[in-house]
Amino acid sequence: MTTISRTTEYPILETARQQVLEGGIGLAEAQLLEVLRLPDPAVPAALELAHQVRLKHCGEDVEVEGIISIKTGGCPEDCHFCSQSGLFDSPVRGVWLDIPELVKAAKETAVTGATEFCIVAAVRGPDIKLMNQIKFAIDRINEEVDINIACSLGMLTRRQVDQLASWGVHRYNHNLETARSYFPQVVTTHSYEERLETCAMVKDAGMELCCGALIGMGESLEQRAELAAQLAALEPHEVPLNFLNPRPGTPLENQELMDGKDALRAIAAFRLAMPRTVLRYAGGRELTLGDLGTREGLLGGINAVIVGNYLTTLGRPAAADLNLLVDLNMPIKELQKTL
Amino acid sequence: MIPTRSTSSIIGSFCGHCGELYPKETFDGGSAPPSNVLQTGDGQVAAAPHQECAARLQLEPPRYCGQCGRRLKVQVSPHAWTATCSRHGTTAS
Ligand code: SF4
Ligand SMILES: [Zn+2]
Ligand SMILES: [Zn+2]
Repeated sequence: MTTISRTTEYPILETARQQVLEGGIGLAEAQLLEVLRLPDPAVPAALELAHQVRLKHCGEDVEVEGIISIKTGGCPEDCHFCSQSGLFDSPVRGVWLDIPELVKAAKETAVTGATEFCIVAAVRGPDIKLMNQIKFAIDRINEEVDINIACSLGMLTRRQVDQLASWGVHRYNHNLETARSYFPQVVTTHSYEERLETCAMVKDAGMELCCGALIGMGESLEQRAELAAQLAALEPHEVPLNFLNPRPGTPLENQELMDGKDALRAIAAFRLAMPRTVLRYAGGRELTLGDLGTREGLLGGINAVIVGNYLTTLGRPAAADLNLLVDLNMPIKELQKTL
Repeated sequence: MIPTRSTSSIIGSFCGHCGELYPKETFDGGSAPPSNVLQTGDGQVAAAPHQECAARLQLEPPRYCGQCGRRLKVQVSPHAWTATCSRHGTTAS
């Protein structure tokens, strides 16, 4: 059956075909909710349409990234999903990575064909010591490795945004994580507005904004649709899509794993909300969707992956994802140094 | 070469995931690790109460030292991890 005949069975998908695939205009919040509420038999058609949207508006390339934590644990914030908060009884201990190890990881990441290497710190925002470490790390990596450098260092001041941009950081990650209406249930030590401020400054400074979501934290479908619409309004260059992996010791440790079909519906919905954005598979996909889910996602709107391990948990082997891309005939996006 | 998946395979009398002491019947007192305990890298399963922990250790590094139960300092990079106990040294993937 073709996409066109399948979408006609479901009015929202037919609307999406015309509005998003043909017109390039993302679905609005109420429409996204309809996608998230589609019955199970409609999920393949939704994914197929999302894949067509991705191919038409982004192309067939897949962007590959590696991420690493320069400072792990001991964060003063209380994001209820995070094992790196120093406020919970999590087994994750505070530790700093030294620069030679960081450069080694960047080299290994580049070998996979990745074009992005993201340096992450578990902090509310960077202090002078961390900023100096980051500058040093960027210089060393640039000397030895051909890869774009991204950072995720929490909330920034205007001066810090300008510094990072001037050092050649081409993309900055700062997630919304969840819908504005659900945020106070997940984070109490900073506000949604503070997150939005950093996102706005990053864009103003000319860096690409990477702004992600973490779903499966107990939010309603309405809130999931709200989140997708709020992300779309920010027009980020990239949206990493995470699925909750409940961490021991955190307030969300007993949250049930998200249903795989719901995760796939969310992937389709996020693509239909943001036809041109890099939509990246990030943490939790291995648990929520298993090996098969990686394939379904890449054929359902996803056009970027994090290869290898995450910050505190392990991912699929890089080779498994890279072989899958070969199987699917999807080329890895090539490096275009932006700065 | 692209590294393959790294899984946790620390062995000993304490569970690397939850840090609890393994039940006595699965452990002989410390000389040798019981064969049915936390050999996740080899595909074997852990003692019953920690089977879920063993499954978790396929997707995350150990957080507790298998020999003394202390919390480990863990560093994860895209293709490897190291876990260091202040008494028993470093284990790498
Ligand atoms: S700010 Fe980041 S590192 Fe800190 S608790 Fe929140 S998610 Fe974790
Ligand atoms: Zn255990
Ligand atoms: Zn020890």
